[in-house]
Amino acid sequence: MIKILTKVPEMRLTAENLSARRGEDLIFQDVSFDLSAGGALVLTGRNGSGKSTLLRVVAGLLRPETGRVTWHSDTAESGMHAAEACHYLGHRNAMKVELTVAENLSFWKDFLGDFAGGRGISIGEAADAVGLGGITHLPFGYLSAGQQRRMAFAKLLVAHRPVWILDEPTAALDVSAEGVFTTLIKTHLADGGIMLAATHQPLGLENAKELRMTGFAGIAEERW
Amino acid sequence: MTALLLRDFKLSVRAGGGALIGVLFFMTVVAVIPFGVGPDLNLLSRIGPAIVWIGALLSALLGLDRLFQTEREDGSLDLLLMQEQPLVLTVLVKCLAHWLGNALPLVVASPLLGLFMNMSEIAVGATMLTLLVGTPALTFIGAVGAAVAVTLPRGGLLVSILVLPLAIPVLIFGVSASYAAVEDPAPFMPPFLILVAITMFFAVIGPLGAALALRNTND
Repeated sequence: MIKILTKVPEMRLTAENLSARRGEDLIFQDVSFDLSAGGALVLTGRNGSGKSTLLRVVAGLLRPETGRVTWHSDTAESGMHAAEACHYLGHRNAMKVELTVAENLSFWKDFLGDFAGGRGISIGEAADAVGLGGITHLPFGYLSAGQQRRMAFAKLLVAHRPVWILDEPTAALDVSAEGVFTTLIKTHLADGGIMLAATHQPLGLENAKELRMTGFAGIAEERW
Repeated sequence: MTALLLRDFKLSVRAGGGALIGVLFFMTVVAVIPFGVGPDLNLLSRIGPAIVWIGALLSALLGLDRLFQTEREDGSLDLLLMQEQPLVLTVLVKCLAHWLGNALPLVVASPLLGLFMNMSEIAVGATMLTLLVGTPALTFIGAVGAAVAVTLPRGGLLVSILVLPLAIPVLIFGVSASYAAVEDPAPFMPPFLILVAITMFFAVIGPLGAALALRNTND
């Protein structure tokens, strides 16, 4: 269904000694990971343990207190921001309720463009892939919360990015949609993609690394 | 970038967009003046250009706070910030789309309101021309305010207050150029060219400042 990459390029997403603050306190410190093609990292932990913060740091949306995130690949020029290789699906869907689904998706397809090494699929195909083909003419605001989330996920398919950063991707979804997402994520990984996700539900991925986030309390414990 | 321009333009003219609201507010402000001032046609035609300019300034400020706030509310701002394209360019394109969708309708509506104010054809033409040249400056100045106040809930009034001092020169030179077109001894070109210069200056400074402010909104 979504076979895009012809050959898996050499690429790595590396984070070294990341730490970040929320207000005055460090919410996590010395987080390091190294993901290569096909690698997945699942963040778990209680609410407020810093999962979203870490994802936003990796996406370049928050400045880390220490450490850095780097991206290496044969196609990338040196000094490139890691964020440029990433798709970020946050709590909010980044879709306009006034526009139709097709308008939303075609805007993101044009605006995001394809990252070197792959191509996004067409809007119709992406809608089919998330199980909502045939309703792309509706305004985004008419869809239910679950359908909106599925369409926000379709956004990841229309433009190619090797790294997917997903923050609670399965919130507001029924069981079948979770299955669809898991399949899409697996396909992405099989094509040589990289995924970071914060989630409470098991995504059913084999060989995914897990990182337990502990939040303020964990740091206090480590220190004393 | 064309996609962004088209999307923003579509959003501003669709239902719930700011285009119609701005024009209605502009008409309301200017249309009540003759009732307040009274039927003194000479007085109306004398204050006409100034009133039309003030009305346009206020309505241009009206929708500006939504420039980045709507993007932030639905999460699109995150994606705009992450891209390879320079953020300055993204902001510039958003400003252009905002101007096309919100300020250009004001320019188009201004001759009609000139009639309310009993302005001569030359005064109407001059006001329209100065609005056409001056309103982009208002959008670029407003973009900085909108970017600074992007994380504040109900930052609308704050944005207007923040940017008003910077918008005053635009108003002064816009109005004086409009007057110069009808009052004989004053030359039209100097204030008009200064207005052009202000617009070009803010076309560079505005997106830079706004991009800087957006980069530093950590949340």
